[in-house]
Amino acid sequence: MRLEPRENVSLTLLITGPVLAVAVALGLCSILLVWAGASVTDAYILLVKGALGSRFAISETLTRTTPLILTGLAAAVAFRAKLWNIGGEGQFYAGACAATLLGTGAISLPAYLMVPLLFIGGALAGGLLLLLPTLLKTRLNVDEVVTTLLLNFIVLLFVNWLLFGPWKDPMAMGWPQAAPIIDQGVLPELLARTRLHAGLLVAIGSAILSWVLMRYTVWGYEIRAVGANQEAARFAGIPINRTVLRTALISGGLAGFAGVAEICGLKGYLTLDLSPGFGYTGIVVAMLAGLNPLGVVLSAFFVAVVYNGADSMSRALAVSNYIADVITATALLAVLVSMLLTRYRIKLK
Amino acid sequence: MSSPPVLSLNKVTKSFGAMVANDNISLELAEGEVLALLGENGAGKTTLMNILFGHYVADSGTVTVFDRELPPGRPRAAIEAGVGMVHQHFTLADNLTVLDNIVLGTQSLWSLRLDAGRAIEKLRKLADDFGLGVDPLAHVRSLSVGERQRVEILKALYRDARILIMDEPTAVLTPPEVESLFVTLRRLIAKGLSVVFISHKLGEVMDISDRVVVLRGGRLVYTTATGATSRGALAEAMVGRTIPQPSRIQIEPGRPLLALEQVTVRAGGRKALLDGANLTLHEHEILGIAGVSGNGQNQLADLLSGMIRPDEGRVCLDGKTVQPSPMTMVRQGVGRIVEDRNDLGLIGDMTIAENLAAESYREQGFSRFGILRGVALRRHAKDLIEQFDVRCPGPDAQVRKLSGGNKQKLVLGRVLSRAPRVILAHQPTWGLDVGAAAYVYDRLLAARRRGSGVLLISEDLDELLRLCDRIQVLYQGRLSHSMLTKEVDRRELGLLMSGHGMEANSCTH
Repeated sequence: MRLEPRENVSLTLLITGPVLAVAVALGLCSILLVWAGASVTDAYILLVKGALGSRFAISETLTRTTPLILTGLAAAVAFRAKLWNIGGEGQFYAGACAATLLGTGAISLPAYLMVPLLFIGGALAGGLLLLLPTLLKTRLNVDEVVTTLLLNFIVLLFVNWLLFGPWKDPMAMGWPQAAPIIDQGVLPELLARTRLHAGLLVAIGSAILSWVLMRYTVWGYEIRAVGANQEAARFAGIPINRTVLRTALISGGLAGFAGVAEICGLKGYLTLDLSPGFGYTGIVVAMLAGLNPLGVVLSAFFVAVVYNGADSMSRALAVSNYIADVITATALLAVLVSMLLTRYRIKLK
Repeated sequence: MSSPPVLSLNKVTKSFGAMVANDNISLELAEGEVLALLGENGAGKTTLMNILFGHYVADSGTVTVFDRELPPGRPRAAIEAGVGMVHQHFTLADNLTVLDNIVLGTQSLWSLRLDAGRAIEKLRKLADDFGLGVDPLAHVRSLSVGERQRVEILKALYRDARILIMDEPTAVLTPPEVESLFVTLRRLIAKGLSVVFISHKLGEVMDISDRVVVLRGGRLVYTTATGATSRGALAEAMVGRTIPQPSRIQIEPGRPLLALEQVTVRAGGRKALLDGANLTLHEHEILGIAGVSGNGQNQLADLLSGMIRPDEGRVCLDGKTVQPSPMTMVRQGVGRIVEDRNDLGLIGDMTIAENLAAESYREQGFSRFGILRGVALRRHAKDLIEQFDVRCPGPDAQVRKLSGGNKQKLVLGRVLSRAPRVILAHQPTWGLDVGAAAYVYDRLLAARRRGSGVLLISEDLDELLRLCDRIQVLYQGRLSHSMLTKEVDRRELGLLMSGHGMEANSCTH
């Protein structure tokens, strides 16, 4: 068996590929559902209903989509420059910490200044956090996969210390959480009586801006060139280090945005369970989207549907909600295979 | 031909979409024969051989080896039938030994250890028989290009190949390496092997082959015994027209543009790869750097492209010392045509328009306030595509998909559109066919007419003697004194290239 490149990839194939892949993934996961003793049709109907079946369900799914878009963009932008930022989770918390530092009373401004300030602060924190391992990469050739990944744990332990130490809110009755964000810093809700907040608009706006950045700007051109072939980019006179560091600031900043959006839009205060791994899931989201910033919006939505739907399905059918992790992981593998198959065809000998 | 053919292709046709790559081609290879398959890039040579080897499936037609028809699309069947292929780009794993590379795939995956002793013995015997001396335990990484090719040939022979297909085997070799390859080939055919020699170099084809088959535009246009034809006839059959020879007009060189003064490059190592090099390049002048690759050519090219800096000595442009960096060189008006256009000169995954602007995207006209002006980029690309006759679907096509000749035209377009004062041309016709090479010569000579100085680093003496005003020889990092081309003696050049008479000089003008 071997792979032969396809001469011309048709548009139909490009579109049906990922759709088929998701279908295959759902098919494979139904084996697990049967194994768990649930009816497959019931399970998937409940999953879709749980994610999209009501105004409330949709609002919850979109609420979950919001941070995933931003962490997905963080990975998509960095990976395009072949900067392997696995530290989205840490940068997410860095953003949330910055929002807590600035937004819990230290500064008080009217909302139209307060909210942008918190986002800028969060983006700076996330960006600077990624700048550190990136400097190590450009200066000393230290592998950023290792450093960014390990920084996640350092940041998490640091937040842990903050929440049990200096930032512990005395009003929280002993819970490890920080003081709440002041009212001017809270994001407005998008739909009345739901948790859906204006962070979604920030996320979608960021996606559009990232798309424009990558496609139409000098910076985006440099990022793509460095990612596609670093030596050739250097030869052409493109400043490699500057581009990689800039990419780090943008990528870390986007992950920082996610932390700010969660804290100012949803939770209201910093806790240790602010993120159920949004930083890591962002990598999956970016890969599912083929690193396309607009695709990230769709894939983040898809992943949110699966997680939220699986939550409610598991409650109804008593299937463990880990099925959501399995479905997204299978979908990612299936989509990666389908991306391979749209570019190559398999020849059996 | 008295004996039956060992290999025959019968009415092979293959098309990719609308393009017919092979149109009803039939040919036969006799035992003990070297058949040259000649044609320009894109003539269908490689496609034909890929069909023979089972990498592609023909639309129609059959391949017969030793009287047995090969099943289509099965490389293993071709190998088992005794066909071995030596690719233009070697398919060796750098970090494995010669032995590992050769036995790779010949032993069952389930056998836990490999019978190294027997394999080495077989290899030694093959190496002795055919004069292919290589240390079986050396890492491929440490081998020269010529040695790697020997490993490729050994790999085929180890699998008991009786028919050897060599795809442009001399493209990467130095003249002495070509000589030794030909010695090997003669030994092979003396032992009854047959060789298909794919090339577009007429001299070599005339030298080594018994018969020649010429492909053009996917069709077989000319078959002849080598003894009964001439270079001119072959060239015409290949290109389909007579090729104009580049004409060099007499111009007096102007003032100096570029000077290297006692430049030494160590590039991290202790040994100087460029050792006290001196040269001066003037307006209206082509200065040739002759020599076998690996004697400092890469360092000289890297230095002038700004990829490395001198450890000692000065690089002067227009009389001023510069610290080379890619951006400085571009801004100082140095046009850089490098040997490795695939991985250094161009970015394969980006579009033609994006590649053409890679040195100038920051400038007025191509971007404003950090936003790229897509329309301007595309218009610029369209102009250059037309001006340099690049065959491609359009400015948005990916560079990766273009042929070598068209890639080189892109590089030329990008460099020459900036009207550079100094042009570095490192092996600019490497891997190009006759037509494309003539085109490159023409462009370089035109740049010289306009007043540019061209530094031409090449291994091809014909090329240097034809184009250059002066020639210097590079040997083990040292540059010889400069010689006027019209006074130069080929024999003297040859001696200098192998290191004789290099001591007496330390100065150039």
